[in-house]
Amino acid sequence: MSTVKQSRISYDHIAANFQEVHPGLSNREAAEEANRCLYCYDAPCITACPTGIDIPTFIKKIASGNLKGSATTIMSANPIGASCSRVCPTEELCEGACVLNHSTKPIMIGNLQRYATDWAMKNNQALFKAGKKNGTRVAIIGGGPAGLSAARELGILGYDVTIFEAAEHAGGLNTYGIVSFRLPKEVSYWEVEQVESVDVKIKTNTKVGIDISVQEILENYDVVILAIGMSSVPNLGIEGEHLQGVYDAIEFVRQTKTNPITDEFLGKKVVVIGAGNTAIDGATCSVRLGAENVKILYRRTLEEMTAYDFEYEFAKQDGVEFRWLTAPVRIIGDELGNVKAIECIKMELTEAGEDGRRKPVSVKGSEFQLEVDAVIKAIGQSRYVDLIEEMNLEHDGGVVTINENTYQTSNKKVFACGDVIFGKGQGEAMVVSAAQQGKKTAHAIHQMITKTVSETA
Amino acid sequence: MADLRINLAGIQSPNPFWLASAPPTNSGYQVQRAFKAGWGGAVWKTLGEPILNVSSRFAAVSFNGQRVAGFNNIELITDRPLEVNLKEIAETKKKFPNHTIIASLMVEPKQEKWHEIVKKVEAIGVDGLELNFGCPHGMAERGMGSASGQVPELVEKQTYWVKEVAQTPVIVKLTPNITDITVTAEAATRGGADAISMINTINSLAGVDIDTWNTIPHVAGKGAHGGYCGPAVKPIALNMVGECARNPHINVPISGIGGISNWRDTVEFLLMGATGVQVCTAAMHHGFRIVEDMIEGLNNYLDDKGIASVMDIVGKSVPKYSDWGNLDLNYKIVARINNDVCINCNKCHIACEDTSHQCIDRLKGANGESILRVREEDCVGCNLCSIVCPVDGAIDMVELPNELPPMTWNERQAALGAIASNVDVIKR
Ligand SMILES: Cc1cc2nc3c(=O)[nH]c(=O)nc-3n(C[C@H](O)[C@H](O)[C@H](O)COP(=O)(O)OP(=O)(O)OC[C@H]3O[C@@H](n4cnc5c(N)ncnc54)[C@H](O)[C@@H]3O)c2cc1C
Ligand SMILES: Cc1cc2nc3c(=O)[nH]c(=O)nc-3n(C[C@H](O)[C@H](O)[C@H](O)COP(=O)(O)O)c2cc1C
Ligand code: SF4
Repeated sequence: MSTVKQSRISYDHIAANFQEVHPGLSNREAAEEANRCLYCYDAPCITACPTGIDIPTFIKKIASGNLKGSATTIMSANPIGASCSRVCPTEELCEGACVLNHSTKPIMIGNLQRYATDWAMKNNQALFKAGKKNGTRVAIIGGGPAGLSAARELGILGYDVTIFEAAEHAGGLNTYGIVSFRLPKEVSYWEVEQVESVDVKIKTNTKVGIDISVQEILENYDVVILAIGMSSVPNLGIEGEHLQGVYDAIEFVRQTKTNPITDEFLGKKVVVIGAGNTAIDGATCSVRLGAENVKILYRRTLEEMTAYDFEYEFAKQDGVEFRWLTAPVRIIGDELGNVKAIECIKMELTEAGEDGRRKPVSVKGSEFQLEVDAVIKAIGQSRYVDLIEEMNLEHDGGVVTINENTYQTSNKKVFACGDVIFGKGQGEAMVVSAAQQGKKTAHAIHQMITKTVSETA
Repeated sequence: MADLRINLAGIQSPNPFWLASAPPTNSGYQVQRAFKAGWGGAVWKTLGEPILNVSSRFAAVSFNGQRVAGFNNIELITDRPLEVNLKEIAETKKKFPNHTIIASLMVEPKQEKWHEIVKKVEAIGVDGLELNFGCPHGMAERGMGSASGQVPELVEKQTYWVKEVAQTPVIVKLTPNITDITVTAEAATRGGADAISMINTINSLAGVDIDTWNTIPHVAGKGAHGGYCGPAVKPIALNMVGECARNPHINVPISGIGGISNWRDTVEFLLMGATGVQVCTAAMHHGFRIVEDMIEGLNNYLDDKGIASVMDIVGKSVPKYSDWGNLDLNYKIVARINNDVCINCNKCHIACEDTSHQCIDRLKGANGESILRVREEDCVGCNLCSIVCPVDGAIDMVELPNELPPMTWNERQAALGAIASNVDVIKR
């Protein structure tokens, strides 16, 4: 992402720090870049995109001025294509595969994708139509990227689809979890509207298991898709976790996307525990809230870090400091119950463990303290085990077991996709994989239904 | 979804996009692939007497790194036996009955030769014929192609011979290697052509290798002029289409060809009077798949404008195309520079200073910043500054209110003539 024109952090207008960082391509930039694309045949970028967007075609359509067609090409392959253009690790995916890596420099595929989808957003285009109703009722639990993607495909195919979403708005982590300066929630809302425009009903503020029972859903729908993602950040399991000033990174980011931005972090010292994208988002968010110093503590090294390269670069540009081979031991509070310091210990890596990663072990006597005002926990996400068990689905520590081809769970009528099936030790979950899984789940359901129909006919 | 079907002189096509007679339409395999990709029609690679081709046939002109700005070839008509082509045309038509297949023909300028080939080709079933009076190389040396297409009498006579026996509509494909294309276009209509198509390729030499001093391309160290096509020829083709479309003596539909690469180019040709278009170079550069965007882009364009059928835009710009003598001499535009958008490359200044009317001043603003300003009283509205400006929106060409009533050169001359005869200055 060397193309990011990052603006300086403002301490006077903190809210302005949460505006999208990259302004998007100008018309001329888009035209020049689109015309630079070779329009390869059977292009490697298409294969490198998990959703298989026909990239040369959408770029050619930008070049010809057929922006509606371009956005349609993108969104038909990837119902979350507007968000993906902003949050995908493109250098590892499409742009990494661009043949121009071998001669000049790769095409800015993500930015062009954003250009086309921004156009559709600005011009209020509904790109798809609902299919003729076929009478099959599908319930989708969870309106994040995976659920929305499945819903959009099923809507086009004529299914009667209802999404049950616990939050006030659909969109999942795109709406609430990925920081505004990378992904404004309006982009996510637009994708939700696109899904609604194919006749999908979305019941928000409806948590399955609380506001509506699992039983009711299983009884009233022909097919159920479980797309609840993952839950909150787990506890560190150390002393002082209950203190004022200890945050769950996802909840922390959610606050910046739902409540007005405040100046309570101005001049504060923050440490973030963990080194995935969630940690980076927590850290860059803190910087943008005006924190004076932000450190990421990670018990392994840069090599094992799961955050994408562009995220890491982004954090460094924001002035985030990284402390490798450092683990928290306890959080120390003052007499009022506020965080005052954190005690850490140095680690070293031993031979590879079961998951293939080298295991960190503490170095005796290397404890030290850092004075901090806030500790942000970002050591992954826990799972909605309760709901999964209530639904009686086979799982492995909260990772729902599925048939890899059909996304079918141990209950034949229940399918699962997205982060809820994301296995442990696989690096970072991605929006684009969730979108692809949702799409494939929809197609598997369609195949199953059409098969039963033709068999019984 | 707008109706993209066209009817060109009775020839129906599912959309206005045809492949021109050239390598893309060389065989049944190719044309069937093209139809599957979405092309509405194909003009088969020109059929005629057996020929031999040379190796090293094409060359292209890159312009500042953009490949295939222009394309040059020294290929002849089909080098496959007539029987094979006819068999494949029949097969293709059977598989794609609703797609348009036009047979392109070229034989010696003899009545019996034309009669013979027309009958043979129509016997296997085609939707129309295109007479190739255009190839500028090789065939012309044998008195065919552009050699016969440059002589209006030969165009008329050969068209007439074809019409004597043809059952399907006859399109005459014209060569641009002529001073005034309307002359041969008129000749074709006198001969009974049902439609005309233009342009074939323009005489060209793609380049010279400055190290070996060979021509590009060369065949064993020797070169010969070729035919030029591709994006570079579009303005020439568009003018020729427009000239024919606005000519009251040419009352047949036009199939537009030359440099068409996308739906926008297509819309321009349709507005300028073409009923459909033919494409060669763009397909050769990118493959048949380009038609998807052409169809979708055209459809979106029509839908956005609320136009129901593509036929409704045919010729809509023709009334706006006229002779220089009919342009309003009192119409005035001037350049205005938006300094907040300007990036100060000074290209407009130097263009105007050195090669136009010296009216863009380089000034300093209130804070010492560089600004550029047009002295509007000296600006002639030539557009040069806005043409060389690299930034969208930095220079606007704005219309000034007309102080004088419209007056064309022709009106002016007529008025002067009237005055002159009144006062009787000019003695006849
Ligand atoms: C901070 C952060 C940054 C990230 N950055 C990136 C990035 O840059 N690029 C990238 O590709 N990926 C990134 N990811 C990962 C990405 O966001 C996820 O992989 C993706 O959102 C998964 O989609 P999903 O639909 O499976 O789950 P989610 O997005 O989590 O959506 C699940 C939805 O289900 C709802 N739900 C849960 N339980 C219930 C219930 N019982 N009843 C009803 N609804 C329920 C939730 O409210 C939510 O809306 C990031 C993740 C985080 C946390
Ligand atoms: C390699 C090549 C071979 C061609 N052969 C023929 C031909 O056999 N008959 C014909 O009528 N035109 C022929 N043409 C001309 C094309 O049909 C067309 O008129 C011309 O290329 C302009 O269109 P374009 O700019 O889209 O390429 C040929 C063009 C090329 C490039
Ligand atoms: S395109 Fe290349 S490989 Fe194909 S015939 Fe021409 S020179 Fe040969």
